[in-house]
Amino acid sequence: MKIDTKLVQTVGCPGDPHRAVCTPIYQTATFEQEGALEFSEYDYSRSGNPTRAVLEQQLAELEHGIRAFAFASGLAAITAVTRLLKPGDEILVIDDVYGGTCRLFSKILKQSQIGVRYVHGSSVEDFAREFSERTRLVHIETPTNPLLKIVDIAGLAKVAHEHGALLCVDNTMLSPYVQNPLVLGADIVIHSATKFLCGHSDVVAGAVVVRDEKLAEDLYLIQNGEGAVLGPFDSYLLLRGIKTLGIRMERQQTNAGQIASYLSQHPLVRRVYYPSLLDKKSFAIHARQARGNGAVVGFETGSLETSRQVAESLKLFPITVSFGGLQSSVSLPGRMSHASVPPQIAAQRQLPVDLVRLSIGIESADDLIADLAEALQTAEAVPELRASAG
Amino acid sequence: MSTDTRGLSTRTIHGTLSPDPATGAILTPIYQTTTYVQEAVGVHKGFTYSRAQNPSVSALENVLGSLEEAPTLCFSTGMAAITTLFLSILKQGDHAIISDVVYGGTVRLFRQVLEGVGVRVSFVDTSDAHAVATAIEPQTKVVFIETPANPTLKLTDIAAVAAVTRKAGVLLAVDNTFLTAALQPVFELGADISVLSTTKYIEGHNATVGGSLATKDEALLERFRLVRKTIGCIQSPLESWLTQRGLKTLSMRLERHTQNAQAVATWLENHPTVARVFYPGLRSFPQYELACRQHAAHGGMLSFEVTGGTPAALALMNSVKLCALAENLGAAETLITHPATMTHADIPPATRVQLGIPDGLIRLSVGLEDPADIIADLELALAKAEKIQAAVAVAS
Repeated sequence: MKIDTKLVQTVGCPGDPHRAVCTPIYQTATFEQEGALEFSEYDYSRSGNPTRAVLEQQLAELEHGIRAFAFASGLAAITAVTRLLKPGDEILVIDDVYGGTCRLFSKILKQSQIGVRYVHGSSVEDFAREFSERTRLVHIETPTNPLLKIVDIAGLAKVAHEHGALLCVDNTMLSPYVQNPLVLGADIVIHSATKFLCGHSDVVAGAVVVRDEKLAEDLYLIQNGEGAVLGPFDSYLLLRGIKTLGIRMERQQTNAGQIASYLSQHPLVRRVYYPSLLDKKSFAIHARQARGNGAVVGFETGSLETSRQVAESLKLFPITVSFGGLQSSVSLPGRMSHASVPPQIAAQRQLPVDLVRLSIGIESADDLIADLAEALQTAEAVPELRASAG
Repeated sequence: MSTDTRGLSTRTIHGTLSPDPATGAILTPIYQTTTYVQEAVGVHKGFTYSRAQNPSVSALENVLGSLEEAPTLCFSTGMAAITTLFLSILKQGDHAIISDVVYGGTVRLFRQVLEGVGVRVSFVDTSDAHAVATAIEPQTKVVFIETPANPTLKLTDIAAVAAVTRKAGVLLAVDNTFLTAALQPVFELGADISVLSTTKYIEGHNATVGGSLATKDEALLERFRLVRKTIGCIQSPLESWLTQRGLKTLSMRLERHTQNAQAVATWLENHPTVARVFYPGLRSFPQYELACRQHAAHGGMLSFEVTGGTPAALALMNSVKLCALAENLGAAETLITHPATMTHADIPPATRVQLGIPDGLIRLSVGLEDPADIIADLELALAKAEKIQAAVAVAS
């Protein structure tokens, strides 16, 4: 079965006597048992819920894993993975990582005596140099958020396994429609399902998918033990969103490609970040491991002030954190999604202060480009006005 | 409403909505509330009681109105919208003209409810504009057409019928459920009222039931509002919110539905067990020229006739695995229906044949799956139907 079919064909719910095409929302905390000593499949919605189970099955299949776990947020999912470590263990993490992940690793994990080592480059060699005997987990994004650096998943998986470490890939930027890290050798895939998976900006959710039975057992213990599970209604909305993941991704990627090339020719734009515009070597790695370029486009204007004016002049791009929704949006990562990065790491990361991040939606590309053209023109005109006034 | 120059998908995502003024939330919240606190007696912000209006319903109406390019009201079901339409226009002694091939629920509404209160109806082949002109009486207030018709896909030339109704001073309502304003702009073609079962393509996920009415006639809109409030059939807040969510992907879904339906129809047309295929995008479609003139694209609905009648049709229906045997249409999942035993079973067999609904006719709502998978499923099922057909041939 091809992925476009798989996305649509979720069973309603196994055992549903009414055979509803849509998965029912089992908004219940608890389940009546067969008898005092005979138990049913479900007993309590933290431990398992039929709506969530359908979602988890679908997520596992989309990522070619054996089991998936749905969490209350992307960070709850990442937190669950870090619970696999014990005091003294160390995580290697690419430094261009989502700000919230950075805050979790730097400020929360520290309390559990788990070490974190940030890797500045993105090549397998850059990572290989940083392994120690304590390294248990390697956490990456590819492309990274927001600078779209590319990491060779298969190459890094090999090195991580040689060192007895697990490779965890946050696949949020591309979704399983575009990239499947487990197939490339990663051990764990993470999603902020809030983004492309849901696609409608109306659910906060996370997912962990694995391909190993033992790892699955450990993660289930953590999910049930700590209890940061996704609720039934949010699970239902996520299932509903996933049905259009394919057609959304196709349109968003087409739009993003057009916008990236438009921006790359605009005189006010200093640099554009999009996988197809990366250096040849990075793009070759990306093209080998992914089936598309995603829908997040970054660009620099030369100054924070110009970037601010562009962002504030846009009409079709609301200024919001988050990305991946079918409605386009704009943010200045340095001041928004990545403001939680500790200053020392921020300095090492060299995150451009004037970086504008666009999340491209499914609107008509013509409308989006017209809006960008107008906003760039407004921003361009301002210094001239100032010059003539002065 | 002035002409909206924005692209279709931009309109169905944004409407003319702004973020929530209180919090900046990008989506209008689900206002699951019955009533609204008034600042002083009679001083309120436009909302008093959720049977009359509700902010979540208004948000859906805003976006759907941007698609329709006309003010729009939403209802608890498509039939609630149609009921409101007729109760708003017709009084005792009045007469309505309705397409002869039309959704069974619309027929039932007249035969079992409205005729009882003294409203008369004529079912007319509206694909012939002259037949419509001939059927108009002094008491005729409205012509209600469904195009493409369910399940034969027969088309009515909207502009031709609009010329007739305008001349006669009669309202023209078009049930645009099969194509929506995205593929068939009924107001441009001369309709006065657009009717939708939003359950179908508008919401598109098999998750809600709902309906809508749109019109540019302000007095008529106010009348719809009054009747809706009085009989109490407004859409619920949660269902409105879910419908608005579905609407955001409408244009992309319709593109894919159309591509898939065209592929499946073309494949079916070349299959030996299939006698005929009805899809407006096929050159063999009897009204292909009208379809190209009236549709921006032809949507996801098709029907086909298997040789071997009901036994062969049922063998096929019972053999499909991917296509779900269910009575809805317009959703992500491919749904298959046998009109003679399911949606149109109430109609006597002779009348069915006359209307173009033979026992071997199968209706397919082509979903968003990979078309190769849909075709593979039909191929296996048609092989089963072929065996039955051969057995029937031997027995007779």
